[in-house]
Amino acid sequence: MSDTPQPLLLSVDRGRCAGAGMCALTAPEVFDQDDEEGLVVLLRPAPAPEHRAAARTAVGLCPAGAITLDPGEASGRLRTES
Amino acid sequence: MSYDPTAAGTTADAATTEGPPTLPTDRRTGCPFDPPTGLTAPSDEPLRRMRCADGHIGWLVTGHAAARAVLSDPRFSSRYELLHPPIPMPGLPEQLPPAPVGDIIGLDAPEHTRYRRLLTGKFTVRRMRRLTERVQHFTAECLDAMEQAGPTADLVAAFAQPVPALMICELLGVPYADRERFQSQVAALFDQTAEVEAKGDAYTALSHYLNELVLAKRAEPTDDLLSDLTTSDLTDEELAGIGGLLLAAGLDTTANMLGLGTFALLSNPDQLDALRADPALAGQTVEELLRYLSVADPIPRAALEDVEVEGRLIRTGETVTVSVQAANRDPRRFPDPDRLDLHRGATGHLAFGHGAHQCLGQQLARVEMTVAFPALFARFPTLRLAVPPQEVPLRDRSNIYGVISLPVTWDKE
Ligand code: HEM
Ligand code: SF4
Repeated sequence: MSDTPQPLLLSVDRGRCAGAGMCALTAPEVFDQDDEEGLVVLLRPAPAPEHRAAARTAVGLCPAGAITLDPGEASGRLRTES
Repeated sequence: MSYDPTAAGTTADAATTEGPPTLPTDRRTGCPFDPPTGLTAPSDEPLRRMRCADGHIGWLVTGHAAARAVLSDPRFSSRYELLHPPIPMPGLPEQLPPAPVGDIIGLDAPEHTRYRRLLTGKFTVRRMRRLTERVQHFTAECLDAMEQAGPTADLVAAFAQPVPALMICELLGVPYADRERFQSQVAALFDQTAEVEAKGDAYTALSHYLNELVLAKRAEPTDDLLSDLTTSDLTDEELAGIGGLLLAAGLDTTANMLGLGTFALLSNPDQLDALRADPALAGQTVEELLRYLSVADPIPRAALEDVEVEGRLIRTGETVTVSVQAANRDPRRFPDPDRLDLHRGATGHLAFGHGAHQCLGQQLARVEMTVAFPALFARFPTLRLAVPPQEVPLRDRSNIYGVISLPVTWDKE
């Protein structure tokens, strides 16, 4: 499908996270916040195609630069994704 | 030299004084929702020199990318004592004192991080959504009172102020019996027409009340943020300070978004019709109003070392005044930026700031506005201004922009 967003692999750095919740607001299927500190919890490091666009938006919105995309890994991961 | 005062839209006053212009604040001409004349970004100049109130020559950032870069860079400090205030602050000394206890807006890491970590868990998206029902309840109460007293009202006093005030009461766990007194003190504190002295009295009374509230929550914890925080290692003084911070940061901001936002929607009937036709548009409406109005502006920072931003060298000690309202009208980020367009997809706006200090209460503010706007327009389908738009009094001289009052009227059933 030509409109399927590119596969991606995400990682988060809770040390940098400012707990602003932009990720959980934008891509709730992919990110959550823990109840104690409100810091990011990565629910799906390799989001399904239908959640990838929102996940990418969240990466751009994160005020603390706490979410990173690893497109190199992602293509390797794609093969193992079922 | 390369500096050209006419290019930056200086006021007559600034042009006659040495050095670059001061922060443009003149909104007298044109649309009440547009940034002051001369504030928006010339497309080729995302930052330029600016003279602060005390004469310090710093920088003004108006480009969206440059604003993001400055606000997310820890080499720019938030500490009040390092900042040169961008605009004169009546009643405050020229050299700002360090942040009072609990005011985390004026702190840097690691002190800032310590407080922020204690608070973020209480403001998660999930927790704030759980407050939706309470917001609906208070919104309906305010609308009932408005309807009974109608068919005219000052929307600020009847709606825009009490809804966020009641939600802060809820967060802090202010007992019902105290709420009326609490709210009138809060109203006095934020009254734009009040004398400095009356504000001082209200401030003293509120500080006193918050101290008492903390002691009461320690003795008998209830189900609220303040009681939750008593189990942390925060002192009573810190807890009261944090209570004061939530009041100061969470009330005037949200109230002015509701007041000015209603004014903006009433002034853009096609957009208001779109919202009425599709209540699911509420979330997008809130984001676009945040972008379009950017009521909390500007956000100052001080360079802790030499930093290059978009090709300009900012020197250690210089104050950088980030105008998020200008950045949110940067045409490179938001095409046709002066148009209120609920469908544009305004996420990525900087109305809540960016970086480590990005608004702690933003998810609560979103819930409040997402509930309040549709409820208001559903209750009063014929809501309109009761005065000509140019007669609506604006908060020109405040670092939170908005309307002082908003006289409205509607047809009685
Ligand atoms: C629409 C309404 C609101 C707007 C436009 C707004 C705007 C902002 C902005 C721009 C900042 C960043 C300041 C900086 O970087 O120096 C901020 C910080 C903050 N806001 Fe809000 N705010 C709103 C509502 C609220 C509410 C409802 C609360 C709390 C109940 C709140 C609490 C705070 C706090 C505690 C901070 C300081 C965060 C820190 O320094 O880490 N705000 N807000
Ligand atoms: S958007 Fe960034 S800072 Fe905010 S909670 Fe998510 S990871 Fe943390």
